[in-house]
Amino acid sequence: MTVCCCHECASHPVLSLQDICYAYGRVKALDQVSGVFQKGSLVAIAGPNGAGKSTLLKILAGIIAPQSGQLIYAPDVGTIGYLPQISAVDRTYPISVRDAASAGLWPKTGSCISLCGKPRQLVNEALERVGLADNATRQIDELSGGQFQRLLFARLMLQDPDLILLDEPFAAVDADATQKFMEILLSWHEQGRTIICVLHDLMLVRKYFPQSFLLAGKCLGLGHTHQLFEQNLLSYDLDMAELHCPDENNSFADKGDV
Amino acid sequence: MMLDFLTAPFTDYAFMKRALVVSVVLAMGGVPLGVFMMLRRMTLVGDAMSHALLPGLALAFLLCGFSLWAMMAGGLITAIIVAVMAAFLVRYTQLKEEAAFTILYLLSLAAGVALVSVKASQIDLLHLLFGNVLAVTSEGLMLVCGTCVVTLFSLALLYRRLVIDGHDPDFFKTTGHKRWGAGLTGLFFFILLMINLVTAFQAMGTLMVLGLILLPSLAARFWARTLDGMLPLALFFAVSAIYGGLMLSYYAELPPAPAITLLAGFGALLSSIVGTVGSVVSRCR
Repeated sequence: MTVCCCHECASHPVLSLQDICYAYGRVKALDQVSGVFQKGSLVAIAGPNGAGKSTLLKILAGIIAPQSGQLIYAPDVGTIGYLPQISAVDRTYPISVRDAASAGLWPKTGSCISLCGKPRQLVNEALERVGLADNATRQIDELSGGQFQRLLFARLMLQDPDLILLDEPFAAVDADATQKFMEILLSWHEQGRTIICVLHDLMLVRKYFPQSFLLAGKCLGLGHTHQLFEQNLLSYDLDMAELHCPDENNSFADKGDV
Repeated sequence: MMLDFLTAPFTDYAFMKRALVVSVVLAMGGVPLGVFMMLRRMTLVGDAMSHALLPGLALAFLLCGFSLWAMMAGGLITAIIVAVMAAFLVRYTQLKEEAAFTILYLLSLAAGVALVSVKASQIDLLHLLFGNVLAVTSEGLMLVCGTCVVTLFSLALLYRRLVIDGHDPDFFKTTGHKRWGAGLTGLFFFILLMINLVTAFQAMGTLMVLGLILLPSLAARFWARTLDGMLPLALFFAVSAIYGGLMLSYYAELPPAPAITLLAGFGALLSSIVGTVGSVVSRCR
């Protein structure tokens, strides 16, 4: 099922998926998922727990390879920024907040270029923007969940990425930080960067994300968020866990291939 | 008088002096590796690999006698075979990593001991298992020094990769060094470990090598919060254990490798109780 995200098709696909499958042992996480992400789009990936949202994001980021199907990047995809779920990071690792954030500069500095001077300044600015300036010299195991999420966001900002993939970036943070992160994401969106974000908070999806990718093992819908809401594919009333069962949804996805 | 007691073994006997130098140089390369092994949760893998050297060493010993190069080659070959088999078992069966390595290291240990006993005496077997730091040749000494230099240079180059890969492997994979990706960093680290194990066996024996590499790192974890603090502290613990172990072996007539490992082990246990970071005492407070 290949649905184009934009009306005019003025922009071009930056990432296309064709019949992506991925299974953990016998459990299918993704079953023939297809879709196209346009350059400069701001897309939320929504779906119930266990829908394969994080798995899909990892495949998009190139962390795991799909077991079958194709993933095609446009030649001008640029740098990929990935913000993992907090639980995927070793939070007991003995490094400071500043060191952890500096990892965002790593593709530019490589193994040998000093992190003092200009890079240090960039890191401090990023920590300042996410409100961690006072914690720069603390060890990462002293941070709360919310503070750690801010640290990951600072690292993402330092990467200065063109394609931004986020896995539940608002999971542990307060309203204030959510607002701040969202402002940064929207300014990136204005600059024409592509943003794909796994989210379970439908309020946020509706408020900020023009496009949505609805996932429950299969792609149930991909298009304008407000249209998905109109079609009741996305709905506040809908218990997201039910999305696995309805037959018409599955057949809808199957027919989409024809 | 006291000073004499503390230094005499090393000023009076060349073999003691050499033993001290060999062990300290081994520790200089090995201990930073040990710290990263601990942080990468590879301690058990390292244990298995040190055992995996044994059948190769034994086979080379049977075929070529006590030739350093032949034994190192033999050890490396079996270690690689074991690593590949472990990777295969983990990938294609339901075995978890630690279970796969347990099968293979017990198998290697048994095969090694059986092979040595075909021809060699009890002494040779002990030498293989526990090494003899008091009888390292000049050739062996140079080898240990070379390994230390290569290891330290490589670790300096790999340092940022290891840190980023260690605390956020998924992120590291996305940072797009295609030729020098995450898998290669792990592989290169593994090769460094193998080189160190193989050169260290002559001094510490296959079974005791890890005592020198890992125990000081584990002890340092209980005292230092930062990686920058942990690395020098672990080396300090290692050198202390070496000095103490050699003294113990000289005055109490114990074999040196077990003496060093004993002290390092007690150090790690003691640290886990009274250390300042995450120890029994610091958690009770």
